[in-house]
Amino acid sequence: MSKTIPQPDEVSKPFWDAVDQKKLTLQYCSACDRLQYPVRPTCYDCGKSDTLTWREVAGKGHVLETMVVHDTRVVRRKVDVPFNVALISLDEAPYINFLSNLPGTPAHQGPQGAAVELFFEELEGSGGRFIHEWRVVGQ
Amino acid sequence: MTTQAGWQRDRDGLGVWEHRGKVAIAGYGYSPLDRRWDGVSMDRTLGAFQVIAMQKAIADAGMTPDEIDGLMVCPEPAGDTWAQADRGLNRPFFAAPYDTEDGLSYTSAKWLIDEMARQGTPLTNLKYIDDKAPYIGPEMGKAAQAVGDGLAKNVLMTYNMGNVEGRYHLEEGIYSAGGRQWSAPWGWMTSAMMQHAFVFLQYCTKYGGSRDDLAPFVVNQRRNGLLTPWSFYTQHEPYQIAAEDYLDARPVAWPVTILDSDRPVQHAAAFLFTSAERARDAKQKPVYVMSHAQINKPNRSTMATLQDHEDVTDLLVKILYDGAGVTANDLDVFNPYDGFSVFTQTYLEAFKWHGVGRGEAFDFYKGDIRVEGPHPFNSSGGNLGNGRTRTAMYTDCIEQLRGIAGARQVQVKAETAACGMVTPTGNGHIFLSTVPS
Repeated sequence: MSKTIPQPDEVSKPFWDAVDQKKLTLQYCSACDRLQYPVRPTCYDCGKSDTLTWREVAGKGHVLETMVVHDTRVVRRKVDVPFNVALISLDEAPYINFLSNLPGTPAHQGPQGAAVELFFEELEGSGGRFIHEWRVVGQ
Repeated sequence: MTTQAGWQRDRDGLGVWEHRGKVAIAGYGYSPLDRRWDGVSMDRTLGAFQVIAMQKAIADAGMTPDEIDGLMVCPEPAGDTWAQADRGLNRPFFAAPYDTEDGLSYTSAKWLIDEMARQGTPLTNLKYIDDKAPYIGPEMGKAAQAVGDGLAKNVLMTYNMGNVEGRYHLEEGIYSAGGRQWSAPWGWMTSAMMQHAFVFLQYCTKYGGSRDDLAPFVVNQRRNGLLTPWSFYTQHEPYQIAAEDYLDARPVAWPVTILDSDRPVQHAAAFLFTSAERARDAKQKPVYVMSHAQINKPNRSTMATLQDHEDVTDLLVKILYDGAGVTANDLDVFNPYDGFSVFTQTYLEAFKWHGVGRGEAFDFYKGDIRVEGPHPFNSSGGNLGNGRTRTAMYTDCIEQLRGIAGARQVQVKAETAACGMVTPTGNGHIFLSTVPS
C-alpha cells in the first residue's frame, strides 16, 4: 500500500520518533489521568500543556467497525482501492481510537469486534520511516 | 459597527430563550439553482445568485432596501472552503465586479453591498455588518439573536453554496501534515463522509439493521425533491429512484454510496429577520423564532463515536426545546440535515419526532413518511432531494408554516417547525412557529 508519509510538527515529533523506534507512546495528562491521541498541544479535558507527558502503551485493541474505501481523493491511495479503513479502540483506554487498514484482512472482511495487535509498517519511499498499524490477532 | 459576542446557546441550563417569540422571519428568497457555474454566464455567478436571493427576501417581506440595517454573510468561500484552494485560482478574471475571486467562488459583505447598489437595491442604512458568521446552521441563530439583542432592526442574512467546474479536494503529494498526519496515511479523505460511515456502522451494530434500511428514507428524499420545482433533480434528472437503485448504488466509502451523498450545486438563499412587532405589519405571515441552539464538540480521539453523537444531539435538542418552552410533541414540521443519509437518524431520534426514540429510525422509515402521510419526514427533500443547497430545509419550514409549500405541503398540522445543519458534533438548529407563544 502506498501510504502517505506523516510530516511531524514540533508537538508531534516525539510521537513519530517513538514510532520509528517501534514504540507507541501517547500523551498522558497527569492532572486528568487520561491518555490522549492524536497528539495535541494541550490536554483535551483540562486544557493544560505542562501536565502532558509521554506514556508507552501495550498495543492491544479491538475493531470497532470497518469501512471500505472504493473511491478516494487521496491520490497516492488510488491504486489501493478497495481497501479497509478500520476504527480500532485501545484496550487500556477504549476512548482512544486509531485508524487502520487491517493489513492481511481482505476488503469487506474486517471482523467487527475482533482483537487486534499493534505492529509497525515501514512506509514506501520514506527512507526508513514507520507508521503504527494493527492486524487481526491470528492472521 | 456593533459587534456580537457570546451569542451562542450551546450549553444546558439556559432555559427559555430571552427573545422567544420576539423575533421573526419576515421574508425569504432564493436564487435559481445550477449544477455548476459555466464560467461564462455573468447573471448566474455565485454573487449574482446571492443578490437575487437578497432582493427577493426584501421584496417578500414588503420592505425596501433602505429599511435593512443589518447584514450577515457567511465567510466560507462558496460555502465550501476548498473551492478557492483547489479549483481555478489561476483562471483569468473578468471585468469588474468579477475582477477577483470575490463574487465567483465566494462573496464578501463588501462585494454584496456594492453589487446590491449596482443592481438598484442599495443597502444605504447598514449599521450592523457581520461577515464572520459561521455556516448556515449557527448563522440562523446568530441572526435571530442579533435582532433580539437590538444590534439591528432588520437583519438580512444570506448563505450560498457554490460549485465551479472540476473535481475538488484532491489530496496530492506523498506527505501528510497538520491534522492530516493522523488520518491521510490510512487513506482517510477530508470529508464528513468517512466519519459518519463509522458512526452509522456502530449504529447498526448497536440497534440492528444495515444500510438497506435507509432505502425508504433516501427514496422519499428524492421524491420530495422532485416536488420542488427548482430542485436539481426536477430540472435535470426528473425521475424517481427506486429502492433497488439505492441498494445498487456505486460505493464510495462503503457503506456510504453515491446516493447517500448530496450533489454539489450553485445556489443561494436569504432570510430577513426582524422584530415580531415589525413582522406583524409585514407583507407575509410572520414566522416567529422561538429558540436556537448550537453544538461544537471536537473529537476526543481520532474519530467521534456513536455515543458522542447521541450525547451531543441529546444536549442540542434539550437546549432547543427548553429555549422554546416545548416538548417533542409540539414539533410539527421537521427538516433535519441529510448531507449524508447515514446520520439523519441521529437527529430524528434525538428530537423524538413523532415518538421515534433511539434505535427506532429504521422502523420509522418503513412507515408512511410521504408529505401526504401522517409522518411527513423531511418535507423539504433536503440536500439529497434538491442538491447541496444547505438551505432547502429552511425555506421549506417557512413555506410549510405559511401554507405555501405547494405539492410538498404537509397534510398534518404545520404550526411549528425545526431544522438545522450540519453534522451531529457541529451544528446549529432553530425552532420556528406561526404564533409567538
